[in-house]
Amino acid sequence: MSSRPAAVRPAPQPMFALRKSLLGIRELEPEEILEILDAAESFKEVQSRMIKKVPALRGQTVANLFFENSTRTRSSFELAEKRLSADVLNFSVSTSSVAKGETLRDTAQNIEAMNVDMIVMRHASSGACHFLDRHVKGRVINAGDGSHEHPTQALLDASTLREKLGRLEGLRIVILGDITHSRVARSNIFLLTKVGAKVTVCGPPTMLPPEVEKLGVRTSTDVRAALKNADAVNVLRIQFERQEEPLIPSIREYAKYFGITQDKLQDLSPGMMILHPGPMNRGTEIEHSVAEAHSETILRQVSNGVAVRMAVLYLLSGGEVQN
Amino acid sequence: MKILLRGGRVIDPASKRDETTDVLIDGGKIVAIDRKIREGAAEDATTLNAEGLVVAPGLVDMHVHFREPGQEYKEDIASGSRAAAAGGVTSVACMPNTDPPLDNDALIAQIVKRGIEVGLCRVHPIAAITRGIEGRDITEMMLMRQAGAVGFSDDGRPVVDARVMRRALEYARLTDVPVISHCEETSLSQGGHMHEGAVSTRLGIKGIPAASEDIGVARDVRLAEITGGRLHVCHVSTARSIEVIREAKARGVRVTAEATPHHFTLTDEACEGFDANTKMNPPLRSEEDRAAVIQGLIDGTLDAIATDHAPHAEREKLVEFDRAPFGIIGLETSLALAITSLVVPGHLDLPALVRLMSTAPATILGLEAGTLKKGAPADIVVFDPNTSWTFEREDIRSKSQNTPFLGYSLTGRVLLTIREGKIVHERKEGRSRIGTGRRSKVEEGEPLGSARS
Repeated sequence: MSSRPAAVRPAPQPMFALRKSLLGIRELEPEEILEILDAAESFKEVQSRMIKKVPALRGQTVANLFFENSTRTRSSFELAEKRLSADVLNFSVSTSSVAKGETLRDTAQNIEAMNVDMIVMRHASSGACHFLDRHVKGRVINAGDGSHEHPTQALLDASTLREKLGRLEGLRIVILGDITHSRVARSNIFLLTKVGAKVTVCGPPTMLPPEVEKLGVRTSTDVRAALKNADAVNVLRIQFERQEEPLIPSIREYAKYFGITQDKLQDLSPGMMILHPGPMNRGTEIEHSVAEAHSETILRQVSNGVAVRMAVLYLLSGGEVQN
Repeated sequence: MKILLRGGRVIDPASKRDETTDVLIDGGKIVAIDRKIREGAAEDATTLNAEGLVVAPGLVDMHVHFREPGQEYKEDIASGSRAAAAGGVTSVACMPNTDPPLDNDALIAQIVKRGIEVGLCRVHPIAAITRGIEGRDITEMMLMRQAGAVGFSDDGRPVVDARVMRRALEYARLTDVPVISHCEETSLSQGGHMHEGAVSTRLGIKGIPAASEDIGVARDVRLAEITGGRLHVCHVSTARSIEVIREAKARGVRVTAEATPHHFTLTDEACEGFDANTKMNPPLRSEEDRAAVIQGLIDGTLDAIATDHAPHAEREKLVEFDRAPFGIIGLETSLALAITSLVVPGHLDLPALVRLMSTAPATILGLEAGTLKKGAPADIVVFDPNTSWTFEREDIRSKSQNTPFLGYSLTGRVLLTIREGKIVHERKEGRSRIGTGRRSKVEEGEPLGSARS
């Protein structure tokens, strides 16, 4: 698409806005990804205003259904919803009927019976959002399902990359860490390969899932080699809570061979971006001084997260973005 | 009741028969197979026109779960038998992972009794290998064999300890029936929910590596070899385990094996969409594995087709993929899936299919079934091998509906199932096809299903 002269490019069709739900990046067309990223730019502007609120979702109710602990994503969604003037229902799992043995389907249908328009869900099971979407009439936004997808994280990562580097196509991106258990990795792989970036996944062999090359990525177990000529690296946290068995002998060894340290960055271009979806474990996957030096980017991801989520909520609610 | 099946293509691999002929049934037995049954002999028979249809020995499904006792909300012997009859299956072997497990002769006798009471198909219990299916102490195999067990299996919970498996294979030599093994190295597979590969990587679901089955099969084949015991490998699903079995057979190891319709029909791609009705163990494998299963059926490495009919209540499957139990039902669709996936594409002909689905499993378990010889019990399936139909919910006779094949277009349909000379299943829409014979009592108004028990 970028090869086409800008002057004759037809106005983009708002395809994403026609969807029922955002379950994953994998289902999206490249044009839809760009549609969301473009809409997010408008909402970045809204966030810089004194009054950071628009009436776009006034009268609509959004339920945040978080079956897994989350601070960042949940706050980000809640803020996005409130800045769009939606009514927000925070469904607290620990005190809910789920603890009494209610199934996900029953929980969701009960929430829907209260005329909720959208459900934002995080869940420990891969595919839980697909399951939910089959059983509710309302819209579903995936806020992270097991080791499967975390689409809004990939969108905010892409938004941050595009903001700093001006494009996505042709970028060389390394995703580093526990790829097997990471939904952030999967959504990033789907997104970046769709928009024409070149992706390398890097980590110890025990953290690279089988046949991951079939997702259109290269693999590496050598951080220094992988980072050479990279435009950006997305550093993942080790998801100990999802690992049923130890995948590395020690954090000490991981930090030495796979952690991002000043030492490893020495010979690389200082312009290489370092992204981190958070929460960071300083001293494990990223050295303290590196985290400090790149804190602007990492915090920018967080700000962009609100804008991207506003864009997703807004477009799904049927809104069109005026440029 | 006397029944004359006229003009069908009679396929009976056991007597090397594949010809258009008539079959006369009387007193629960096959009394004549002849091109022209004498008018007098069939005088008072219900005549059914089977022209264009296949008449074959009733199918033998050597791997089903009937859930009785203990989980009758999923299935019981009555509902399972109805599902069998609907699928043309006249003999089943049911697995012992019930609650309590079938690990003593009293329970075995109870299953046999219930099967006879229901009377829709022959229900042969498989007994547990170890007490409580706990993998430690072998069961009273001789007593259970005497009570009617046709094999020994801890299906669903593989015998982890190789030494216990060795003793089981040794001890079971006292009987004439096989140890039926769900081969799985569970330390490799535990926590997995689908086949490990590109699809599980894409979906972020923990995989069950093919190697967990390969290693399990290799272990048990070797144990069969050193003990001289008879091993039957359940639901073989990987290319490498088929190689292991092929090689073992060439060495003369006493091993037989089965494959399921779902493993030769679907691959792990079916798990896209996270439908828990595509979740079973062993899982749907890769295309390479699926092709290897078909090759194994063609070249005789795999001896039998069995469904692993595993009913689960709808509520149990209406959950997140990784929280759903393993297993799908299969009795109602096994013949149609086999015709659709194996015969239509030209991998096997119908006699080969009848051998895999009736003759061979009957032989493996030593059942008096799987043949249409004169004097044999009249267990018969009549099916149309060419008709196409769509599998719908109302075609299910099982208590449970956990199948990924709803809405599938299938070729080949069971029209009539006869068990011991009695009609136990008859497709109503099939009546126009099947009940138009000369001098048919159907035409005279007698309901075709009047002998139904």
